[in-house]
Amino acid sequence: MSEISSRGYANPDKLVSTEWVAERLQADGLRIIESNEDPLLYPSGHIPGAVEVDWVKDLNDPLRRDYLDKAGFEALASRIGISPDTTVVFYGDKSNWWATYALWVFELFGHDNARIMDGGRLKWEAEGRELTRERPTVAATSYSAPERDDSQIRAFRDGVLAHIGAGGQLVDVRSPGEFAGDLLHIPGYPQEGAVRGGHIPGASSCPWSRAANEDGTFKNAAELRAIYQGELGLNPASATIAYCRIGERSSHTWFVLRNLLGFSDVRNYDGSWTEWGNSVGLPIEK
Amino acid sequence: MSQIPPKLQEYLDDFEFITSRDDRVDYLIAIADEFRPAPASIATKPYDEANRVIGCESEAFVWALDRADGTLDYYFDVLNPQGLSAMAMCAILSQSCAGAPLEQVAAITGEVVFAFFGRDISMGKGRGLTELVNAVVYQASSRLKAG
Repeated sequence: MSEISSRGYANPDKLVSTEWVAERLQADGLRIIESNEDPLLYPSGHIPGAVEVDWVKDLNDPLRRDYLDKAGFEALASRIGISPDTTVVFYGDKSNWWATYALWVFELFGHDNARIMDGGRLKWEAEGRELTRERPTVAATSYSAPERDDSQIRAFRDGVLAHIGAGGQLVDVRSPGEFAGDLLHIPGYPQEGAVRGGHIPGASSCPWSRAANEDGTFKNAAELRAIYQGELGLNPASATIAYCRIGERSSHTWFVLRNLLGFSDVRNYDGSWTEWGNSVGLPIEK
Repeated sequence: MSQIPPKLQEYLDDFEFITSRDDRVDYLIAIADEFRPAPASIATKPYDEANRVIGCESEAFVWALDRADGTLDYYFDVLNPQGLSAMAMCAILSQSCAGAPLEQVAAITGEVVFAFFGRDISMGKGRGLTELVNAVVYQASSRLKAG
């Protein structure tokens, strides 16, 4: 039994270790993808064979506040040389914030064979594993994707409004200061603020980082259950929505609840506080 | 961006001719490789929080030391080992602002961040890098006001 499978996760296959990746660098049917906030990291050195998916230029529509469409995803997937059967393993900086964000977007297009490398880039580097500046030569494919399905794992404003009206479970993964309304933005990100401070009514506060260890790896299932089901009292069988300011931190929590704890219905509200806190007429709590 | 330190203008001129994102990134990485943290003679860890660059997620710190001619030397450290963009920005600022007239340093604006990194960086990253510039500008402006 691997170390990850001994942690008691609901879907341990969604997480792979740095060792697992290191042993499969040349494996067929596998594509390693680095996704970071810092645009210099990948070109400065990455896991041999890894390609880059940039969350700004690759995953977001350049004009509308939305993700890429079917044609855009097909172009991206074809460029990085994957087919619908390819196992994709994401890793990146900031305890895999952006890696889980990218994985979530890939799953919007039905690419469920997607995993996260536990500990991300930080752990790979800390273990002294090989990094290269050489960009891999990837044979382009012709990926055929379904239309993006926003109905299962993505939440929108009106859906959240109905959800809270029905007393649904909501997790606010921002910092305590943001949740309380003392801060209108995450420290260091003042441009992603809102005109109102506070949180969506009924939300429980649980900063995303509580799910992570110091080295960026995920806590084990017992520790996670103690937080989300014990402290917060969330029911894994009930619909749950996670949010932050733009949906990147909450994709980390979405990954934890859905894949590591096995919650049956978890959605990420990517409009998050930058939409809710700026919208006219929406209720807030402080 | 007139009247900024000539060395900073040279950097800006260099970047103006870069049209490829890959070339821009490669140049920034080369600059980041030149980054050297503040020596122990300037500061030792744990650093005084007064020197922290508020708003920089890469945990950057800045120090300004007086020169005999009334200008300043600027020193930085970036505690996040993955804060490569911050290291590049610090390297540019320390190299180009050292010994420059305070008026020129005080004239730098956050726009230089986007001249170097382009507009397709995240809002958070852009803001953090801008705060590095603001920190240097603040040091120069404070000295000017103090006379």
